Amino acid sequence: MSLKRGPLRTAGFAGALVALLAAPAAPARAEHAAADLGAVSPASPAAAAPSAARQRELLTLLRNDCGACHGMRRTGGLGPALTPAALRDRPDDSLVATVLSGRSGTAMPPWRPFMSEADAVWLVARLKSNPEGDHAPR
Amino acid sequence: MRPVERLARLVTPFAAGLLVAACAQAPALRGTSDLGVIVERAQGRVQVVDTTTRTSLATLGGLGDLSHASVVYSRDGRYAYVFGRDGGLTKIDLLGQKIERRVMQAGNSIGGAISQDGRVVAAQNYAPGGVKLFDAQTLELLADIPSATGPNGERSKVVGLADAPGDLFVASLFDANEIWVIDAADPRAPKVTRFRDIGRQPYDGLVTPDGRYYLAGLFGEDGIALLDLWHRERGVSRILANYGRGEEKLPVYKMPHLRGWAVAGGYAFLPAVGRHEILVVDTRTWREVGRVAVAGQPVFAIARPDGRQVWVNFALPDNGLVQVIDTETRSVAATLSPGKAVLHMEFTPRGENVWISARDDNRVLIYDTATLQVQKTLPIDEPSGVFFTARAGRIGF
Repeated sequence: MSLKRGPLRTAGFAGALVALLAAPAAPARAEHAAADLGAVSPASPAAAAPSAARQRELLTLLRNDCGACHGMRRTGGLGPALTPAALRDRPDDSLVATVLSGRSGTAMPPWRPFMSEADAVWLVARLKSNPEGDHAPR
Repeated sequence: MRPVERLARLVTPFAAGLLVAACAQAPALRGTSDLGVIVERAQGRVQVVDTTTRTSLATLGGLGDLSHASVVYSRDGRYAYVFGRDGGLTKIDLLGQKIERRVMQAGNSIGGAISQDGRVVAAQNYAPGGVKLFDAQTLELLADIPSATGPNGERSKVVGLADAPGDLFVASLFDANEIWVIDAADPRAPKVTRFRDIGRQPYDGLVTPDGRYYLAGLFGEDGIALLDLWHRERGVSRILANYGRGEEKLPVYKMPHLRGWAVAGGYAFLPAVGRHEILVVDTRTWREVGRVAVAGQPVFAIARPDGRQVWVNFALPDNGLVQVIDTETRSVAATLSPGKAVLHMEFTPRGENVWISARDDNRVLIYDTATLQVQKTLPIDEPSGVFFTARAGRIGF
């Protein structure tokens, strides 16, 4: 099962996104709208970074619901591993598209009903930086 | 009674009490049939619980990644074998309330089973894909059975491992579309029978309570693969192949679980993949005889031991609900809201109570199954699976 081929062909944004996502706390969220499926305007209002409360919700979702298939520690399960090493070569826009729209022919469902594109962008950044705290016992 | 004898009678209970107090390693004599464990998935801990007093007796930690952890029991109901996601296999002594043994047996594991004779514990692994057999006493590795099926030795993820009579283990290969029957009569030299092209992406499996049939749910297509273990020469057949044909499936946010699935009164109540339905199947003919509309996509459908009710929980976003199906009328009799993120349900051995884990509420609720009222709640940190020792005596558990 490969995440390599996303339905998006917006490779031009990938480089800029990688640079941005290296600093997940960076305020320049407007650029992330570029990763949305349809909207390619960098000025999209949907690009607002999730609030702190929303980020906590997303981490719970990531750990438990994404984790149902990808592992609570993202080391893989029925779905592939989502560790930084596993995702390093995957374009961010492709990952965001996979999160939001799922992958036909696989068990990966679309998560758009549960999150905005800004949420997905933030999650992808989180996956790629993968702070230890995400899965450390409380 | 002579004075000396009277004195002895008076002293003996005190002496016995002192002895017990002085010897912390020897708890009072007791059975195990009302014990169980609850998995605290995020903390790598289990709690040992007592279903008579409805209390937690002990907390045991250091078990690693317990997301999706499952448990089987030794045939005497004393030891729990906990299969962790990270490949850890831990043998817990419920009476001694301690970890008896622990091995790391794989990189990514999804569960296990124990043989009919109780001598062999089997683990099913995603990575490296395969089944491993262990001595139930010592956890010594007895056999490694890689699920290599591809032309270049690619290994499939193994799902749906279950025990069956004759010291068999049966499992499904998610990526290879196969069912394997593993004869573990000689566990150091197991014999594997492969059944190929059984259907696309088997995601879980189970053995019926009588041990005769193995069923594998299919994710990649409609229907269920059925193997009659009494007549393996007949091969794998397909049942329910037409259910839902032509209908659009909903996205699946959590795979249904089949082990523990409900067979009640000659009918199996099956969670339908990607639908808000429970399918009702006649286990004599394996034909669908009805469907029950439910509140969401079912994950577990579990029969109360007497078969009168089937309790169902659901995938996101309906995972705060539990529905109770009346098996006689095949309709939903009650809808309950036990809490946030209901992950599992386990009946006490005779079914007067069901214990329900609500992960995001950090508690387990104990329901009276007759009145549907909550009798008690226990604080448990992110509880997932609840496993009682009654499983020790059941085929396919």
